Amino acid sequence: MIKMKDLRKDFTVRVKASRFRRKKRTVAAVDGVSLTIDRGEMVGYIGPNGAGKSTTLKMLTGVLTPSSGEVSVCGLTPVPQRTKLALRIGVVFGQRSQLWWDLPLRESFQLLRHIYRVPAADHASRLKRCRDLLDLDEFLDTPVRQLSLGQRMRGELTAALLHGPEVLFLDEPTIGLDVVSKQAVRSFLAELGATGDVTLVLTTHDLADIERLCERLVVIDHGRVVHDGSIEALHTRYGSRRTLVADLEKPLPDGFALPGADLTAVTANGHRVTFTLDSTTAGVAVAGLVAAVPVRDLSVVEPDIEDVVARLYAER
Amino acid sequence: MDQRDASVPTISRIGPFRAWVTTFGALIGSGFRRYSTYRQATIAGTFTNIVFGFLRCYVLLAVAAEAVGQRPAGYGAEQLATYVWVGQGLLSVIGIWGWTELADRIRSGDIAADLLRPIGPVTGYLAADLGRALYAMLTRFAPPLLAGALFFPLHTPQRWQTVPLFALSVLLAVIICFGCRYVVNASAYWLQDARGPIMLWTLGSGVLGGLYFPLRLLPAEFVVVLWAATPLPSLLQTPLDVIAERDGPALQAGLVAVQVGWAVLILALAALVQRRAERRLVVQGG
Repeated sequence: MIKMKDLRKDFTVRVKASRFRRKKRTVAAVDGVSLTIDRGEMVGYIGPNGAGKSTTLKMLTGVLTPSSGEVSVCGLTPVPQRTKLALRIGVVFGQRSQLWWDLPLRESFQLLRHIYRVPAADHASRLKRCRDLLDLDEFLDTPVRQLSLGQRMRGELTAALLHGPEVLFLDEPTIGLDVVSKQAVRSFLAELGATGDVTLVLTTHDLADIERLCERLVVIDHGRVVHDGSIEALHTRYGSRRTLVADLEKPLPDGFALPGADLTAVTANGHRVTFTLDSTTAGVAVAGLVAAVPVRDLSVVEPDIEDVVARLYAER
Repeated sequence: MDQRDASVPTISRIGPFRAWVTTFGALIGSGFRRYSTYRQATIAGTFTNIVFGFLRCYVLLAVAAEAVGQRPAGYGAEQLATYVWVGQGLLSVIGIWGWTELADRIRSGDIAADLLRPIGPVTGYLAADLGRALYAMLTRFAPPLLAGALFFPLHTPQRWQTVPLFALSVLLAVIICFGCRYVVNASAYWLQDARGPIMLWTLGSGVLGGLYFPLRLLPAEFVVVLWAATPLPSLLQTPLDVIAERDGPALQAGLVAVQVGWAVLILALAALVQRRAERRLVVQGG
């Protein structure tokens, strides 16, 4: 569905060298990215600020001309075949609006139907679905300029989907949204992805979006791909481990050890212990612990993806 | 979003030409709707047009009274009044002032959203501008003309073809003006900020387009060069000369023919500029 090979985008930056001279400097925003994304995949595309995420997305959608390399989306070359491609992809830029500022959502959608030449019945059924899932009805007649950010984002998502795109590009779709709106957007996207027809490429800084939606995670930094695989693969690679936290009736006996787990913290006068699970399962560790001391409460904590990604970003 | 829709891009079953006309029509409608949102601006603008109409009309009539044979540049007093009042009505229809939408969108990077539509930006903006002009024609053209007719004797067209020719001329002027504004705004692709070129355009189109005074007051050779070498007289001077019947039927039609040439040329230029710009586009603001 999407193919990129050695994709590059250089920007020329002019730096003041002296009063009259400017030095030209070339900055590689995207520096040789090669990726293949199949139909129906949901890919999280993340990276620190300035890593080249949005630039890649803009090249994939035909807005920016690549400096070199090959790119194809839906079998089309984005820039020369941009208007053709536009009929088959949907794009949401979280920081921009594709709606008409002065028009109510209802009219924007109607206009989009004509622009994309969608048959009236298809349009009506898709709009109905979005209205139900995203609760659009209460602000469908409000001009876009008067919508709140969360309402507008729900409108943007609908606008990107009304022509039934094969690929959906989302550039930070949850930026600036409150928890409820974020969840609305996420569950909507999850439902969309579950059909398996829509290929979804999502850039975000909110890793909860990724955990919730994407099986595949591509991490980019300085314009290069530094990780491509599942979230678990990322954890394995960076040795992130699950932890077992237990509240005990009485402190652990001296010299107590769980095979395959490290005791990493003892707090609350020895009444709370934390084990990091290495080569054992949570079940075995819990059984071993309960056999040794009475346990009041316990929890198994999943590794935090934010920590892993923070370590990944910090490595550069 | 359901099974089939996602994989098959659904295009209307009607023919490509009709589909295109429908899309273009819908875009014109959107331009119309967007501008009709601002009713107070419409009223305030119309009022201003009328006030300045009186000012311009009295000045030109004073010039006429002093001129040899009381026909400056070949216009009679009634023709001059028509020139002024129709001109005041057309001002916002042609819309030489105040359109910075494209430049603003380039500067903010919102232009990316326009590029993601399955329709070329020049076509899309042209359709919206035609909608805007249609709205202006329905609301802002008549009031100044009525005010003028109430207080001054106006010229009544003598030839049957004058009014249809005028309508065509106005449509062409709208297209030419759109093309010019598009090119001027598109300088923002290179400059980031098009305020300089827009200021130059506002001044140039006002002075050399026939707004501040009829260009025929200038030396004849200069006017011919201006008409042939720049699109500016085709903006206001041509439709106004057509409705005032300043020239004989042949020249009247000839001026409109010049407009046709400019309309084609300027749209081609706008499309060329857009293509060039897309190759070097940097989307601002992430």
